[in-house]
Amino acid sequence: MTFRTIALLSSLLLLTACSAAPGTWGWYVIDPTTDNGWTNIRFLIRGFTSTIQISVLAAVASIIIGLLVALPAFAQNRWLRLPNRIYVELIRAIPLLPMLFWVFYGLPVVMRGMGISISIDPFWGAVITLALSDSAFTAEIFRAGIQAVPRGQAEAAQTIGLSRAKAMRYVILPQAVRRILPPLANQFIYIVKMSAFASVIGMQELTRRANELVVTEYRPLEIYTLLILEYLVLVLIISAGVRWLERRMGADESR
Amino acid sequence: MTGVSKWYDDFQVLRDISLTVEVGEKLVICGPSGSGKSTVVRLLAGLEAHQEGDIHLQGEVKNVQRPGDIGMVFQSFNLFPHLSVLDNLTLGPVKALGLSRAQAEERARTYLDRVRIPEQADKRPAQLSGGQQQRVAIARALCMEPKLMLFDEPTSALDPEMIAEVLEVMEDLAADGMTMICVTHEMGFARRVADRIAFMDAGEIVEIGAPEQAFKAPKSERFALFLDKILKH
Repeated sequence: MTFRTIALLSSLLLLTACSAAPGTWGWYVIDPTTDNGWTNIRFLIRGFTSTIQISVLAAVASIIIGLLVALPAFAQNRWLRLPNRIYVELIRAIPLLPMLFWVFYGLPVVMRGMGISISIDPFWGAVITLALSDSAFTAEIFRAGIQAVPRGQAEAAQTIGLSRAKAMRYVILPQAVRRILPPLANQFIYIVKMSAFASVIGMQELTRRANELVVTEYRPLEIYTLLILEYLVLVLIISAGVRWLERRMGADESR
Repeated sequence: MTGVSKWYDDFQVLRDISLTVEVGEKLVICGPSGSGKSTVVRLLAGLEAHQEGDIHLQGEVKNVQRPGDIGMVFQSFNLFPHLSVLDNLTLGPVKALGLSRAQAEERARTYLDRVRIPEQADKRPAQLSGGQQQRVAIARALCMEPKLMLFDEPTSALDPEMIAEVLEVMEDLAADGMTMICVTHEMGFARRVADRIAFMDAGEIVEIGAPEQAFKAPKSERFALFLDKILKH
């Protein structure tokens, strides 16, 4: 933690030093001591609300979809396993931005064709796209985590009379969760960063606000630097939370 | 089991195995690695499928048995690492047999006494020695009150000083009249406990008979050679 704090502070100091060179930097746009700068900063950081809301909703949905997609991968019948493969291969192959356009502009048309009239606003367009796009990866994480539990565990569960479903619930999944958590946290960080794409369909989250301010203030360097720092703070907080969670689970194991 | 054969793709692991074990009998199976002895036990436990032949338990086709009728002890223990010793023991009785928590715990404590580690109930498997873990695994199988206990090289993963404590528990069990099929290379155990010893090689039962006679005068050359190898060291 201390190392990272130092790294963060020194990079800030470096930037400030750069800004001393005349004509290159203009920190005044986001100088909290001036009225204009303070207004700008408040405008930018209000984007946290949407970015966090979109990311959390998308992550929760992605975990639910991911688990639902992953479980059939363990069916004995290969026709039951097939939907899992198709879903993962298909969704994983679609780049995020085209999928976002498709969901935002295309999905309402498809739904209207089916007689359902919905309009998708930028917020839900972003949530749906991020959740779908990420769920393919979440499903693979679940599958890998479950497969990493030694085969002997399922065999032992079988010899004490547990059905496959009960073995999964009481023996396999509790052990898989520990292996799943770190990569899942990684995916959450990925979602937070990819939520920046929501700006192109007009969602006023962190990136969109920065873009809008650049258009009026003509100071891209300073504003985008702050934007990056905003994401950095968000991601560092998430990483700290995940490490805390892992430590807690690790302590649980050795008890 | 009668006329049981099994293939992994083109490779035949079991060739026409026929074997009857009476209630209360103790059978030891030995043989070189790859001879199919573990496969026999795993088939009986329902962990693998065979292609030819039938397996019956007390006159019934094996698949209609009550859960836990056949107890299994693995070489690598396979305890559930995320559960306490007590929870390892009660999981089957509660979730598969429908016992209440209290009934299951009482039963678990009875069997922990039998394997002589009542004081370890609240620990995690990782905190126990190998010998203790294997005794917990035996107790876990016993909690399902099985009619037949299978052992697949139960002492092969243990340090020498821990083998004795596990064998003692198994001998106790044998003395109580449990029906047992045990894959092991512990010839001392076989001599003391087994009613019959079967020698397997290349997927066949080469020889089966009383241990005393088998050790003194093995009928087949392959068994003689095998005994010579493992008794020498």
